[in-house]
Amino acid sequence: MSLLEFENVTLKFGGVIAVNDLSFNVEEGEVFALVGPNGAGKSTAFNLISRFYEPSAGRIQFDGHDLLAHKPSEVAALGVARTFQNNELFDHSTVLQNLLIGRHRHRQTNFLAEIFFSPNVRKQELQNRHMVEEIIDFLDLQPYRDKMIAGLPYGVRKVVELARALATGPKILMLDEPASGLSVEETADMRWWIDDIRRQMGITVLMVEHDMGLVSSVCDRVLALANGAKLAEGTPEQVQTNPAVVEAYLGGAA
Amino acid sequence: MRVHFKTSYEQDIRFFEDRWTLFLYASLVILAFALPYLIDDFYLGEMTNVLIWAVAGLGLMLLTGHTGQASLGHAAFLAMGCYAYHILVKYGVTFIIAFPLAGIITGGLGMIIAIPALRLRGIYLAIATMAMSILVDDIIVLTAPWSGGVSGMFSDPLNLYWIQIDRWGTPVAFYYVVLIVIVLVTIGYANILRSPTGRSFVAVRDSEVSAQAMGVDIARTKMLSFALSCGVTGLAGALMGMFSGVFNNETFSVVISVQLLMMIVIGGLGSIHGAFFGAIVIGFLPQFLSISKGWVGDMIGGSAVAIPGLEFGVFGMILIAFILFEPAGIYGRWIKIRTWLELFPFYRKGMFKRQKSFLKTERLQ
Ligand SMILES: Nc1ncnc2c1ncn2[C@@H]1O[C@H](COP(=O)(O)OP(=O)(O)OP(=O)(O)O)[C@@H](O)[C@H]1O
Ligand SMILES: [Mg+2]
Repeated sequence: MSLLEFENVTLKFGGVIAVNDLSFNVEEGEVFALVGPNGAGKSTAFNLISRFYEPSAGRIQFDGHDLLAHKPSEVAALGVARTFQNNELFDHSTVLQNLLIGRHRHRQTNFLAEIFFSPNVRKQELQNRHMVEEIIDFLDLQPYRDKMIAGLPYGVRKVVELARALATGPKILMLDEPASGLSVEETADMRWWIDDIRRQMGITVLMVEHDMGLVSSVCDRVLALANGAKLAEGTPEQVQTNPAVVEAYLGGAA
Repeated sequence: MRVHFKTSYEQDIRFFEDRWTLFLYASLVILAFALPYLIDDFYLGEMTNVLIWAVAGLGLMLLTGHTGQASLGHAAFLAMGCYAYHILVKYGVTFIIAFPLAGIITGGLGMIIAIPALRLRGIYLAIATMAMSILVDDIIVLTAPWSGGVSGMFSDPLNLYWIQIDRWGTPVAFYYVVLIVIVLVTIGYANILRSPTGRSFVAVRDSEVSAQAMGVDIARTKMLSFALSCGVTGLAGALMGMFSGVFNNETFSVVISVQLLMMIVIGGLGSIHGAFFGAIVIGFLPQFLSISKGWVGDMIGGSAVAIPGLEFGVFGMILIAFILFEPAGIYGRWIKIRTWLELFPFYRKGMFKRQKSFLKTERLQ
């Protein structure tokens, strides 16, 4: 059984068919990419998994659970973490606080214990700090730990979003255009991190990315989309040389 | 300039950042407890009033400043707390039980009221909550047999085992009651902020979409915030009733709601300090105005003239000035001054400049 299964999923926004009878499987431990021209429905596929939208048809299974039976706030608890195409950080908090919110799904205490800051709350907070600190080390965020998000450069914010997603301790990590807007060096860092996340942490990665260089260097399999439907699926080379894909990109550009 | 070298994670979750901060706040609390020996009863009464407003401010700050839900109906919760407490006392419940119970009742009512308000945001939420203030006015009139309706209700001195405390007879004791309440509320508030609950509030305020993706249940979080906020506001209402001695359906009008909201905006949204700073402005503004009216009267050679609505007008002008020039409120200004002092002479001019944030064109709703 695959970790994530899309079965004939369709989503319409009024007249626009954003996702059209789409099926694909993501296997445990792989790095899987969704590619396609602008408006192909890649981010919409992510938002379906996050349960922000209700599909008009189809099934989505994650790790043996029927995702469609869950509320958006329950998806994280199943082990799904994500970043957003246009950073969605908690702007008026520090980097540290943002990462700590990532630990929310592991929370054991209730608000009454927290009002009194009971020993259990203290223990849990120390544990959270410990986990978060490891991620800060891993992603070299030490210089920004106590900085407000609102004052950080774009590239750093992207890393903070990745860090926050990792802090949830996910089974699958969904990255929506992790390298967009990053410099060449930052993109190279991102490549190493994605590699490490898969190899050292054993986390499955599902990503949307336009940078085909990055895609071919870190991804095992690629799914090309256009107008919400599948064009091709396979290794990065297979997909890049697929005539239908070439056509979609050139057709989109012309 | 102070530099923090962090040696353990304990340091970040500690109540006070370092010894120096601990020393500062400890001195402040000691000063607050010594205050009755330093100032006369009139000013002690004013201070008591400021502290009661600060309790109410803390209540609204939790909802508006930390969870991002504007409310123009908090006077209704002041009223609920006030009436709940005084009616309980009338039926013979002792202060020690009646007071927290008044907070719990108000919190519960606030949570129920939050349910229909969950779908509303921003200005729409503010307008809907404003209706609360008006509704409560009517309810007080309709329940006249218990609440006294238009003719009002008197606050009996509170019985604390061996002593009777009331604002006029024993102002010092009443001040201590209020002081203990605010210290406890502040500690609980700060504890919430350094725990998952507080972080979930801030998450909902800053981005509902990603709060959800982190596993925060938006509806439940907002309801909890309403409950805690209204509960604390209810406590403040009970104290206000005791302080004024007599109150009726018009005591907690919409004007009080507006004043409360203005107060936390001026003080600085999103910080505990803001509630205190705002309360000081609200509490001492009438004094300041009457003194300055005297000066103006002397200057122009006439006697001081009564200008109706002056207080509210000046308050509104201060609010506009803050929104234009210092949206972060008094607390925000204070942070800047403190940073300037700490970094002297290395302060850079653009340090607190608000950075233009990048496009958020595709924000999900
Ligand atoms: N909330 C929405 N309401 C209406 N239409 C939407 C909504 N979200 C997306 N769409 C439409 O669905 C289609 C797919 O959008 P989506 O954001 O998934 O594209 P994408 O593949 O992520 O593109 P890009 O590479 O530009 O990010 C587009 O035509 C878009 O206009
Ligand atoms: Mg997209």
